[in-house]
Amino acid sequence: MIERPESTVASIAQRNLEGYVGFANLPNQVYRKSVKRGFEFTLMVVGESGLGKSTLINSLFLTDLYSKDYPGPSLRIKKTVQVEQSKVLVKEGGVQLTLTIVDTPGFGDAVDNSNCWQPVINYIDSKCEDFLNAESRVNRRLMPDNRVHCCLYFIAPSGHGLKPLDIEFMKRLHDKVNVIPLIAKADTLTPEECQLFKKQIMKEIQEHKIKIYEFPDTEDDEDHKLIRKIKERMPLAVVGSNVVIEVNGKKVRGRQYPWGVAEVENGEHCDFTVLRNMLIRTHMQDLKDVTNNVHYENYRSKKLAAVTCNGGVDLSKTKNQMTRSPLAQMEEERREHVMKMKKMETEMEQVFEMKVKEKKQKLKDSEAELERRHEQMKKNLEAQYKELEEKRRHYEEEKSNWESQQRILEQQKLDASKTMEKNKKKGKIF
Amino acid sequence: MAATEIARQAGEGARAVPLAGHVGFDSMPDQLVNKSVNHGFCFNILCVGETGLGKSTLMDTLFNTKFEGEPTQHNQPGVQLKSNTYELQESNVRLKLTVVNTVGFGDQINKEDSYKSIVEFIDTQFEAYLQEELKIKRTLHSYHDTRIHACLYFIAPTGHSLKSLDLVTMKKLDSKVNIIPIIAKSDAISKSELTKFKIKITSELVSNGVQIYQFPTDDETVAEINSTMNGHLPFAVVGSTEEVKIGNKMVKARQYPWGTVQVENENHCDFVKLREMLIRVNMEDLREQTHTRHYELYRRCKLEEMGFKDTDPDCKPFSLQETYEAKRNEFMGELQKKEEEMRQMFVQRVKEKEAELKEAEKELHEKFDRLKKLHQDEKKKLEDKKKSLDDELNGFKQKKTAAELLQSQAQQAGGSTTLKRDKERKN
Repeated sequence: MIERPESTVASIAQRNLEGYVGFANLPNQVYRKSVKRGFEFTLMVVGESGLGKSTLINSLFLTDLYSKDYPGPSLRIKKTVQVEQSKVLVKEGGVQLTLTIVDTPGFGDAVDNSNCWQPVINYIDSKCEDFLNAESRVNRRLMPDNRVHCCLYFIAPSGHGLKPLDIEFMKRLHDKVNVIPLIAKADTLTPEECQLFKKQIMKEIQEHKIKIYEFPDTEDDEDHKLIRKIKERMPLAVVGSNVVIEVNGKKVRGRQYPWGVAEVENGEHCDFTVLRNMLIRTHMQDLKDVTNNVHYENYRSKKLAAVTCNGGVDLSKTKNQMTRSPLAQMEEERREHVMKMKKMETEMEQVFEMKVKEKKQKLKDSEAELERRHEQMKKNLEAQYKELEEKRRHYEEEKSNWESQQRILEQQKLDASKTMEKNKKKGKIF
Repeated sequence: MAATEIARQAGEGARAVPLAGHVGFDSMPDQLVNKSVNHGFCFNILCVGETGLGKSTLMDTLFNTKFEGEPTQHNQPGVQLKSNTYELQESNVRLKLTVVNTVGFGDQINKEDSYKSIVEFIDTQFEAYLQEELKIKRTLHSYHDTRIHACLYFIAPTGHSLKSLDLVTMKKLDSKVNIIPIIAKSDAISKSELTKFKIKITSELVSNGVQIYQFPTDDETVAEINSTMNGHLPFAVVGSTEEVKIGNKMVKARQYPWGTVQVENENHCDFVKLREMLIRVNMEDLREQTHTRHYELYRRCKLEEMGFKDTDPDCKPFSLQETYEAKRNEFMGELQKKEEEMRQMFVQRVKEKEAELKEAEKELHEKFDRLKKLHQDEKKKLEDKKKSLDDELNGFKQKKTAAELLQSQAQQAGGSTTLKRDKERKN
């Protein structure tokens, strides 16, 4: 149900070692370093008051987390849902564990429980946010991991099924945190009732598509069998107790009733041991890994997607953007913009050139036109000049002709008149 | 290895409580180890050194296997980095080993830029990791880490001192990668020369401020052996993949006429020390140092370069979104400004060109106006001439007609006179 990230396999050459190298010691190096660093774990318990949450925590970690000096939240009266955390440091076998228990007093206790899950969600998100901010700083140093690694959800032992509040809560939290549902105060159910109850709960969980924490598959057959056994017992029915009672000469933790003792660590009485082994001894690391690789990454990608893809959401583009870091995203956008600008530039350039060419052409044309007209006019004028010259020449010729004619006539006339005069003088005497 | 396992504060604000029995979380280291073993390990070594110093042979000897590659020639034009990845397995531990070789290092005449391609390569790996880390949808869990975890710097066995190329290169690399200097082909140096050589090298490194990798001494389990080994740096090694029979065992050795140098004999060379330190004891620490020191430094510089800060001028911490958004807005603003600028420039050009063309047009018109005027003048002159000619013509015509009239009159009169005379004569 919860997807686990797959490892990618690259094409790599295999080589066989021909002798001792020594990197088989790497696991020891890792061991050594991890012990030196110490471990952290944050466990959240959610459920109505009186379901024995604090007692279970004390039983799980064999300590008085909640004691007279540090009373558990359930002993204090709450009006609204609170989220409280207690941090303790425990040591065992040289291994140091910083354990944070997050309690939610007031959950489901009000008359109107709408949104009583909201403070819980806010808390989980705020821890993820803190981690995200720490991870995104420029100067990163100590990054404490305060994210909630596991959420134990306590179901009241009604024997019937899940309550609407249970379903609502689990649905809202199953993709934010590893949810492990538990049947609380299981000593009020007989084994058969318990079986039926478990079946019913699992059925309802599947119906509502609630993704509770799933154990990872292993290749190891033995482990696989163990895991199968655990899966069959889900949800685990638990009983908690701080009181140590003597049963058959053995000191055990249990609850004393007139009709007997319900032993906490007895596998036939309840699933406490299974829970403890799973939560602490075998799968603590895996719970942290799933939180880191799945839940936190979900939170992170949603958060970052909201930042970088703000504004218009084009689905095809968004998908592409998701696989890029925001910085690469900006790089890409910049490149796109540069290309766009280049294109715009060339387009504008083209239009510009074209217009200039047009204008120039026009100018040339009108110049040619004017030239032509001017030429024509000039020719015209020249023709006229020629004509005029012709005419003048003609006239001059005619004039000179006539003038010479006139002169001859004049001469004749003169001669004639002279002769006449002479004649007149001569001839008049008859 | 989860990228989030940067050193955490242990239990701050937490009160210590005693446990009333065995809870079982002391299996946590085992859980972690199991997870790591299942996931497999990865280690990347960079070998820097001149051609022919036995880098490939040493790798083969260290990892007891034959890696790829033929010996390279000396005529490479520049320094190239060739990387090969191999999957090795020893008992139940799988190791993805990447060996990166510098090909052509120290062969060029001008070696000023030799270190550049190495630095570039290392930075590229950091960049790839950084990009992955910054992605929105990322898969760090299954990311194949290619960052260089250890750099074996091969020093030529001259016996005198470090070459300037060595000093320059190591100085450029010491803030980017864990440098482990080793004296290569040390079977060419005698023991006394070796001691002097090592001292000389160490003092030169110190005086030049080169930070080589120190084996960590903070963990009691290995503090002692690490500090002893720190004193033996740089390791003088000999590599060989050939085996020679010594006694009744086959050992890796180099056979000379005067004797046999056994690779795994600690009296002959420091090979075993190198293997111990590099692989058996400190491999994980090398990886951690690369991630928490060198990579963080690179990341910090890169982000600062891009203008990211942790606090704004009022010293309030920036949240990631604010930073990104601010960056993005700034960026978009820049882009828009650029666009505007370009547009403005174009408008300007258009204006200029328009003015130019208008000028040209104006000139043209003026020219033709002038010509037209000239033409008009000419025409006028012509008209005047024509007119004067016409006047002359008219005048002449008149004269002619007048003269002709006179003539005809005179003729008539003359004719009659002549007639009279003739008449008189006849009479």
